[in-house]
Amino acid sequence: MMKSINNLEEIRKIIGKHKRWDLAFMIAGIFALMIAVLTFMALFAHMLFDGMPRLSWDFFTSFPSRRPESAGILSAWVGTTLVMFVTAVSAVPLGIGSGIYLEEYAPKNLITEIIEINVTNLAGVPSIIYGLLALGLFVYQLGFGQSILAAGLALALLILPVVIVATREAIRSIPVTIREGAYALGATKWQTVSDHLLPYSSAGILTGIIIGLARAIGETAPIITIGALTFIAFLPPSPMKSEFPYISFEWLMAPFTVMPIQMFNWVSRPEEAFQLNAAAAGLVLVVMTLAMNGLAIYLRYRMRKNIKW
Amino acid sequence: MQINQEKVAKPIQYKSEVKNLSFYYGEFSALKNIDMALHDKKITALIGPSGCGKSTFLRCFNRMHDLYPGNRYEGEIILHPDNVNILASNVDPIEVRMRISMVFQKPNPFPKSIYENVAYGLRVRGIKQRAVLDERVELALRNSALWDEVKDRQHDLAFNLSGGQQQRLCIARALATDPEILLFDEPTSALDPIATASIEELITDLKNKVTILIVTHNMQQAARVSDYTAYMYLGELIEFNVTDTIFIKPKNKQTEDYITGRFG
Amino acid sequence: MAEESHSKAAHAGKLGYSFRRNLHERLIEVFLFLSAVFSVAIMLAIIVMLVKESIIFFQHVSIWEFLTDTQWTPLFDDAHYGILPLVSGTLVSSFIALLVALPLGTIIAIYLSEFAPFTIREIAKPFLELLGGIPTVVYGYFALLFITPILQIIFPELPGFSLLSAGLVMGIMIIPYVSSMTEDAMRAVPMNLREGSYAMGATRFQTAIRVVMPAAFSGIAAAYILGISRAVGETMVVAIAAGMQPNLTWNPMEPAATITAYIVQVSLGDLPHGSIGYQTIFAAGLTLLILTLVFNVIGHIMRKRYREIY
Repeated sequence: MMKSINNLEEIRKIIGKHKRWDLAFMIAGIFALMIAVLTFMALFAHMLFDGMPRLSWDFFTSFPSRRPESAGILSAWVGTTLVMFVTAVSAVPLGIGSGIYLEEYAPKNLITEIIEINVTNLAGVPSIIYGLLALGLFVYQLGFGQSILAAGLALALLILPVVIVATREAIRSIPVTIREGAYALGATKWQTVSDHLLPYSSAGILTGIIIGLARAIGETAPIITIGALTFIAFLPPSPMKSEFPYISFEWLMAPFTVMPIQMFNWVSRPEEAFQLNAAAAGLVLVVMTLAMNGLAIYLRYRMRKNIKW
Repeated sequence: MQINQEKVAKPIQYKSEVKNLSFYYGEFSALKNIDMALHDKKITALIGPSGCGKSTFLRCFNRMHDLYPGNRYEGEIILHPDNVNILASNVDPIEVRMRISMVFQKPNPFPKSIYENVAYGLRVRGIKQRAVLDERVELALRNSALWDEVKDRQHDLAFNLSGGQQQRLCIARALATDPEILLFDEPTSALDPIATASIEELITDLKNKVTILIVTHNMQQAARVSDYTAYMYLGELIEFNVTDTIFIKPKNKQTEDYITGRFG
Repeated sequence: MAEESHSKAAHAGKLGYSFRRNLHERLIEVFLFLSAVFSVAIMLAIIVMLVKESIIFFQHVSIWEFLTDTQWTPLFDDAHYGILPLVSGTLVSSFIALLVALPLGTIIAIYLSEFAPFTIREIAKPFLELLGGIPTVVYGYFALLFITPILQIIFPELPGFSLLSAGLVMGIMIIPYVSSMTEDAMRAVPMNLREGSYAMGATRFQTAIRVVMPAAFSGIAAAYILGISRAVGETMVVAIAAGMQPNLTWNPMEPAATITAYIVQVSLGDLPHGSIGYQTIFAAGLTLLILTLVFNVIGHIMRKRYREIY
């Protein structure tokens, strides 16, 4: 007969040994998390310490300057706002449209598969490559120059996969019974989509849009590649006009700078005073992206709690 | 050997005794004051309509409920011969699970080779000697009637087996460590009739080798394989007796209704 | 015959397909299809743009020189066009980053998926997500002005710009990507596999390492690939903290330029459109795209091959 392996004494010894591994790993896990937490706190504290004294009303209402103590981020935040506007206006409809198509309309065929693989691949393309595309296509080929339009479109291409994926996931989570309910009442495909699927998935899509824009706000590399790193001490022309037609699109073609570029500009200077400005700009940038991502996370959390199906 | 054991009259031997067991999922009371016993080296079946708590009861025996927060046991499950209450908080659930194995509803082989699946419980105990592993794996595969089918491809991925073979592999996995009790949670509900027959045959073969507790939704199955049967309803144990008695002349009206198909 | 078509037409008014409604639906579908195809157009545009400018570049510089020359000095009078120094910088900084991100990201994922109590997981996951949302230029600032000075205390000979500092920060930056994808893959492993392992008396650690990780292998591999492709394509951290001097070195203690940092450096200057300097960044970009596409394709194959084995 085989030697028994069920000696209780031995089993207990073995379990004790294995449990020590459990404990060791638990400590390793907490330690690894702590590295992430501490890095974040160090980063935030360092910027707070350096940048806080520079944060004043003047900092937001002044143009960049050769004298660090009077330099500000006016043109940067105005530029960021306008570029984000262009990005959102172009990426959101395209992204939602593609998402709807892939989830609701696309037949199972080669073209669909190519599109799907392609969306995955686009998400993995480094952001600076989008910058090169924008440089060649928007700046030179289409003649937009180093403008707000070129930058906004470059960032739109960059966040397009994010919006597509978010739209698909939001629509996919709606149960098939809702679609069948709508069809059973005689709705067409588009009526089903526009009256039911889109409204019910709007929170999920919105979450994706916010995450995408939060990423675009912080993107530096593609905008540098376009060639936008210039000293901008003026604002683009106002989109409002006093005479007919009251709206002007001249600003689209204006040169610009954005927050991350301004920060990069200051970081690269050797004078310490400019690096304090960089810290202050970084602080504003981080607070903006944290707020946007935090909003997205909160929305998603609420959505999960309120889901009824 | 089998005949011998049955002929020799001996005092009733319990492998395990359940004393006033209650179980709670958070606030919800899933089992209410259950008293029962598992006869040594016999097959005990748990039957009852779905949601009656039979699986919950089964999973108390190897403390599976400890894996999820908010679960609470009351009462005792005494394991013989050492008279230990396996629900006691100072008893390590891992130790309990090493002594009491379990086979699940759906075959759940690990993404490993056939050999490594069976050897898993042994490796978990720190057994590394190739010879011991080989010997035990072979024995377990023989005992689960799988050896002839897989002996030449023990290093194939377990997913390549058919559903019935996968379930027999899971039984081999549970047998490899010489468990004192073997728990079956509706082991054939995900299988076709032919695979079901082979699993039932296997369970009958294991009689007299190991104490078995089996949950089943299928009354014919309970009647075919078990020595004792317990009928549960709404978390309570309604009736517990020798299988023949339960199926031929149950004492309780509720049991009779369920058995005869008037209800459930 | 005429009778029949007449009655058909009468019916069509009520129950048959309405032509207008049909047209409307078709138009919408075409529009949606076009927006989906747009993403393919972007990819094609990227490839065409990079290849087009690179072809002009390779008319000036032989591919052999590009791949074997050990100097990259396109903007000097004595111009050399060897991509190796940029590749070495990219590989060294990515290697350091992955040395940090893969182990830590994996440990965090295992911890959150298999060990952590509910509340810790609910706090840690959004926190990591926020960490992943911080702009890279901010991480660059952090590497240059916080990590480098600290490293200089440990290694006094470390220069102000170094691959080491950039790589370390890049690694921490990539942790959230690796950990969240790895965790998703592990949590997708069905509970009954875990129960099978626990029922054999396995501990959490044994279950995680021996059952859950092998079952989640394809997803974990995809997470690693994503981490690698992010490290290779990361720009701002290296551009700020590693210096922008092309330098053929495998020593992380030296400053060096990556492919991406070089593109930034050229873009900062005022290069005329159509000059050879202008084309170099497209050739560099093409190299980068090929590198990352290779990783993406490997990741895709991994995911396909091992999908749904349970």
